[in-house]
Amino acid sequence: MIDSAYLTVGEAAALLRGGEISSVELTQQSLRRIEQLDSELHAFLTCTPDVALMQASEADRRIARGEAGPLTGIPMALKDILSTRGVRTTCASKILESYVPQYDAGVVERLRQAGCVLLGKTNMDEFAMGSSNENSAFGPVRNPWNLDRVPGGSSGGSAAAVAAGEAMFALGTDTGGSIRQPAALTGTVGLKPTHGRVSRYGLIAFGSSLDQAGPITRSVRDAALVLQTIAGHDPRDSTSINAPVPDYGAGLSGEVRGLKLGVPKEYFGGGMQAEVEATIRAAIHVYEELGAEIEEVSLPHTDYALSTYYIISPAEAMANLARYDGVRYGLSVPGEDMWEMFGRTRDVGFGNEVKRRILLGTYALSAGFYDAYYLKAQKVRTLVRRDFEAAFSRVDALLAPTTPSVAFPIGEKTDDPLEMYLSDVYTVPINIAGICAISIPAGFVQGLPVGLQIIGRPLGEETILRAAHAFEAATEHATRHPDVTAWAAVAS
Amino acid sequence: MPIDRDTVAHVAELARIDLRPDELDDLSVELSSIVDHIARLRELDTDAVPPTAHAVPMENVLREDIVAPSWPPEAVLANASHRVGDLFEVQAILD
Repeated sequence: MIDSAYLTVGEAAALLRGGEISSVELTQQSLRRIEQLDSELHAFLTCTPDVALMQASEADRRIARGEAGPLTGIPMALKDILSTRGVRTTCASKILESYVPQYDAGVVERLRQAGCVLLGKTNMDEFAMGSSNENSAFGPVRNPWNLDRVPGGSSGGSAAAVAAGEAMFALGTDTGGSIRQPAALTGTVGLKPTHGRVSRYGLIAFGSSLDQAGPITRSVRDAALVLQTIAGHDPRDSTSINAPVPDYGAGLSGEVRGLKLGVPKEYFGGGMQAEVEATIRAAIHVYEELGAEIEEVSLPHTDYALSTYYIISPAEAMANLARYDGVRYGLSVPGEDMWEMFGRTRDVGFGNEVKRRILLGTYALSAGFYDAYYLKAQKVRTLVRRDFEAAFSRVDALLAPTTPSVAFPIGEKTDDPLEMYLSDVYTVPINIAGICAISIPAGFVQGLPVGLQIIGRPLGEETILRAAHAFEAATEHATRHPDVTAWAAVAS
Repeated sequence: MPIDRDTVAHVAELARIDLRPDELDDLSVELSSIVDHIARLRELDTDAVPPTAHAVPMENVLREDIVAPSWPPEAVLANASHRVGDLFEVQAILD
């Protein structure tokens, strides 16, 4: 039988249509691999084998009828922040440990309609707050390239599941880098669409003006396929953009001649690992060889974007997380009166990082501080956005590192929240500006993957996918996979 | 600007989180270092800069005023910690 672990979605779909493998077989292989790997990896919080096998049988019938789409019968995983009707959705928080949504998120509806097979819900930093997955209330995810390293966060479970061949693709969410950073650290492709391109309905809110769901895949073409399915207007999300969805696969020609690519000088040097910088410089050289025009650009407010983010995102988070009061859903810890019940529920239910952010946001919005922090941050947000507008008046997309270092050891940054925040320095500005970006494998340092980030205009997903695909086709980084036989009993 | 223990306690009360004494101490140190970092924004002159509330410009989004079915009570109450019939139950707010 065909070993499906590292098939791309496109390859699997061709085999399914050709009758060479069934969706039930693909799904059984994925479920077996999860059984073999996940006691070490811990990428999944909830596995749904019964749902998966039922959906796979239905997909096989649909394929037999000749009604299959490009994702029909493909086994995939969802970050546990996306609401799934009838399937526990925890946000990796004790406060939602037994919460069962009564409806599907908009993106989940679309994947169901496309005939995808749900393997389960993936581990993450609690409420998507973190860059290492160590903030999960249910234990960290480990990096399949080296189990002592973090997989990144907050969508670390989704990224690890795809990198280790447990799922063919996964959805993550990205508020300050939470798709791109784990994709970079696990050698996968991670796309954060333009804010509003993909529905946020049913995505449990963290920072509403920043949150966006997107694909984590093993190829750029797969990212295009998944985006094609989940993008589009949803009236249930009032920030959803009502613009036509282009054919994202159409421009993947391998051709970048005529494309103008900017290199923002502020994204180099500073605290970046020297070997990571060398890897990114080499990647830029590949684009030159392919015939793209490379030009240095400046984004002068880059340094301030992180400070802006750590005012705006906690402010939005404190408002969004006010709903967890132990009444309508979630954990409820009894107290003498209702106020004590609220206070205890939230103390016991939220982990340290979530409390930190709620308090930071409450502080920034409290009487006397609003102008100095929140309003100031909203103004600097304008400056960050203008930097990108000026750059995009000269170039079509930007090339930059996704992260300043490769995957760091588990435990290294847990005692210093600020140090952890700094690992998002290259990804946060994109969310602040609301634009799109993709991280793709660019090479390896000490056997660990490095991510190249390609940043695009608002609704510029076609351009960054085209540029990403050309690099992938010209290099072999995407064909390398972690050696899971080093730590798990599985035939390679 | 350092955030002292009393400020943390005040903010925690506003956020309705009952913190333990050791949590108050830790958070005072951690929040102070984060706020120090954030304070760098003061270096920028933003007097003439309008705030961006939302990254993608958008008009008010309205829907047609049409009656549509809402969820049945069973679905709404499915995750309640305490219920009485078709109601959420909480402790008395007023004496």
